[in-house]
Amino acid sequence: MSDKPHLIVIGNGMAGCRAVEEILARDAGRYRITIFGAEPRVNYNRIMLSPLLAGEKSFAEIVINDEAWYSDNGITLVAGDPVDSINRIAQTVTARSGRTEHYDRLILATGSDPFIIPVAGKDLPGVVTFRDLDDVDKMLEAASAGGDAVVIGGGLLGLEAAHGLSLRGMKVTVIHLMPTLMERQLDEAAGWLLKTELEKRGQTILTQADTAEIYGVNRVEGVRLKDGRDIPASIVVMAVGIRPSTGLARAAGLEVERGILVDDHMLTSDPAVLAVGECVQHDGNVYGLVAPLWEMCRALADCLTDSPTGYRGSVTSTKLKVSGIDVFSAGDFSGGDGCEDIVLRDATRGIYKRVIVKEDRVIGAVLYGDTADGNWYFDLLKKQEDIASIREALIFGQAFASGGALADPRAAVAALSADAEICGCNGVSKGQVMACISGGAGTLDAVRSGCKASASCGSCTGLVENLLALSLGDDYAGERAVKPMCACTSFTHEEVRAAIRDKGLKEIPQVMQAQSWSTPDGCASCRPALNYYLLCAWPGEHVEDPQSRFVNERMHANIQKDGTYSVVPRMWGGVTTPNELRAIADAADKYGARMVKVTGGQRLDLFGIKKEDLPAIWADLNAAGMVSGHAYGKALRTVKTCVGSEWCRFGTQDSTGLGIQLEQMTWGSWMPHKFKIAVSGCPRNCAEATIKDFGVICVDSGYELHIGGNGGIHLRGTDLLCKVATEQEALDYCAAFIQLYREEARYLDRTAPWVERVGLDYVKQRIVMDEVGREALRSRFLHAQSFLQHDPWAERAAGAEAHLHQHIAEIRPFAVVGGY
Amino acid sequence: MVIAEWLDVGPVDQLPVMGARTLPVQGGEEIAIFHTANGEVYALVNQCPHKQGPLSQGIVHDTSVTCPLHNWRISLITGKALGEDEGCVPVIPVKIEAGRILIARREALQSV
Repeated sequence: MSDKPHLIVIGNGMAGCRAVEEILARDAGRYRITIFGAEPRVNYNRIMLSPLLAGEKSFAEIVINDEAWYSDNGITLVAGDPVDSINRIAQTVTARSGRTEHYDRLILATGSDPFIIPVAGKDLPGVVTFRDLDDVDKMLEAASAGGDAVVIGGGLLGLEAAHGLSLRGMKVTVIHLMPTLMERQLDEAAGWLLKTELEKRGQTILTQADTAEIYGVNRVEGVRLKDGRDIPASIVVMAVGIRPSTGLARAAGLEVERGILVDDHMLTSDPAVLAVGECVQHDGNVYGLVAPLWEMCRALADCLTDSPTGYRGSVTSTKLKVSGIDVFSAGDFSGGDGCEDIVLRDATRGIYKRVIVKEDRVIGAVLYGDTADGNWYFDLLKKQEDIASIREALIFGQAFASGGALADPRAAVAALSADAEICGCNGVSKGQVMACISGGAGTLDAVRSGCKASASCGSCTGLVENLLALSLGDDYAGERAVKPMCACTSFTHEEVRAAIRDKGLKEIPQVMQAQSWSTPDGCASCRPALNYYLLCAWPGEHVEDPQSRFVNERMHANIQKDGTYSVVPRMWGGVTTPNELRAIADAADKYGARMVKVTGGQRLDLFGIKKEDLPAIWADLNAAGMVSGHAYGKALRTVKTCVGSEWCRFGTQDSTGLGIQLEQMTWGSWMPHKFKIAVSGCPRNCAEATIKDFGVICVDSGYELHIGGNGGIHLRGTDLLCKVATEQEALDYCAAFIQLYREEARYLDRTAPWVERVGLDYVKQRIVMDEVGREALRSRFLHAQSFLQHDPWAERAAGAEAHLHQHIAEIRPFAVVGGY
Repeated sequence: MVIAEWLDVGPVDQLPVMGARTLPVQGGEEIAIFHTANGEVYALVNQCPHKQGPLSQGIVHDTSVTCPLHNWRISLITGKALGEDEGCVPVIPVKIEAGRILIARREALQSV
């Protein structure tokens, strides 16, 4: 035995061996080295397990250090015999076999352990993690029999496992708890693109899916989700995350928080013991990626060879190793104060780039589809370079932004050759755009209609505007005359709706991508609008996004200034019964309604209800036969009626009955804004039908139909649309008119400003003159209603979305109570 | 008696993404805990600096929330009103560890 100090390394993985390599490079003869490894094999490159699983690499190709390396350097490798305990007083380690060795210096490189979610069935054979070669072997064995695989976890590791299993011929379902894949690395937009691409490749991606249990007799047979869905599987890969492996260090009494605490020299709380890699916590950070490891190993080796330098923490970047899908992310992309997003989207080429800049420094980047400039952005980020001078051209990449002359985007555009492509969607060159401009197109819209440049996805709008400014100089007026939907987009409401229809866009992130939204997830103004446009365009398929609903529509009640809610049950046509009134009175007492008020629309409004009590009060009202009155929605509110011919000596028709029929046909329909109807039994108009969105005035010979009225800030009386002879026609015209309004008005336009904008003649032409068109509108309305007429109160009372009504917990001094 | 610096108030999967939930503090101000699209978690006193609207009920976008009462936009990071408006609501440090939401005890109980 030599008299050199004995260095023991626990962990034969990437960190442990890299640390040894670094030490050998500095002073090869300094230590006698022993490496303990839990796996019975030499050191291999763990991050290449994904290509190994996918069949793109063999094990021999991913070995970093073969047996010759150990023997050539005089290293004793104890493989397949994990260390079970450390005695820091005696300075010994003891392995599972009982082998005990004395150390002078000890390096812990225990890496991390896969996190196993604590569900029933997690221990069944066929449930594997994705951490080492044995896991890959188990997956390959399962894959050879084909069939279904489930991967739990849509992060980096899970997606790589899914990709590998998919290439090996399995039918793969990825279950991810969060709404966005790889949400730690990607923002919502890039996550959505990734999901779409993986689905195109045949994987099933279930987001917001929570695993309830893994089931099977003797062996895994499938996974059951909390929402009741059931996914068969012959293998389940648990890839929800990793945790620093700290058990050994903790048992040895070293200071451990999330990871083993180390200082800048990788020294633990015991100066004889160092730690490196994924098992450590440095300056509050733990790292699950490979890059920081190289820097840590350098600092560790410097320390162990008496020339300490120190590790200062790492900025990390991520690339997904799924062939053919380019995803890159680095730094901080959570946004926030003082942060500016620069976003470039090119839907045709499937490109999304987002660079986050704060105080003229790049602080984060997310790239999808084109990651060529990833390293350049990462470099700018790490070096904290001042990018003020290249800011305008930054998003176009290094080639474009470097070179001082090209930093001005206008100069950059000027420098492009005539055949350079400006608009990728429509294949329009710079020369064609210039010809269009010199042919008289002086505005963006004129260029769009003239040569189609920037008329599709709009991501080249900036380039076209620069070309306009370049050719027209001071004659270029600058911005567009028609107002865009909101500050997140340059497109108008009409353009966005047309795109939803024509491109078949079904989800909010999809619209944002296709229409080049400049913000990652929109704003409080565009999100509710997009949700409405989608539900209107795709009545049967639309999936509600509750987070894009204004609070009243999310809670199905009206928020009041003190944060309580008011509740309005539906009373068809304003008619009620003693039983309903009793139930309302009981509910008002039971839930402490501080005021009960008759509304302008002939309903009863219960004020001061707490959000926690909403499901219960709805259940009580439901039990008495009442449903939601939608007094809170951009929706059909009320149909106000007078008593009509049944009681009134002036009544000409059954206005109450018609009102009830109208309300039964139209309730539950979402609209661009609130929508009110009234039916008056005679021209005395007691129901005030001429200030409603749709008003009916009954006369002896039939029904006058009025449209486009409202009370409100700008009082507007209705316009007479036409007169019809029968109740059925009144109903049909009403349905057609509502559908025209639903399909063509901008979100948050009442009928009054909409009718003024499009003109009464246009509405008459569509509803009165065009009989076929009217019938088509009517049937589209009724089709949509078949999906919309369900009572949201009943669903909530039955327990849906319970979290909206409950606190997550409660803090009492010295205690936390709850956790629902 | 050891008083924990961080209080565990429940699992993060109980927070709707791009939404919020409330955490009443007995004898103090109710707290709103927000969850952004990126999975980040933030906590503010659940009162808009404008007219005390419940911020927990607002629309969450990027790292801000729009108050449901009068559309003030509040930064989840600093608690400050964004844009033209001026005002600030207290921020309570919060973090996620092993899937649990941990909230800073001292700041959470500041109003008690």
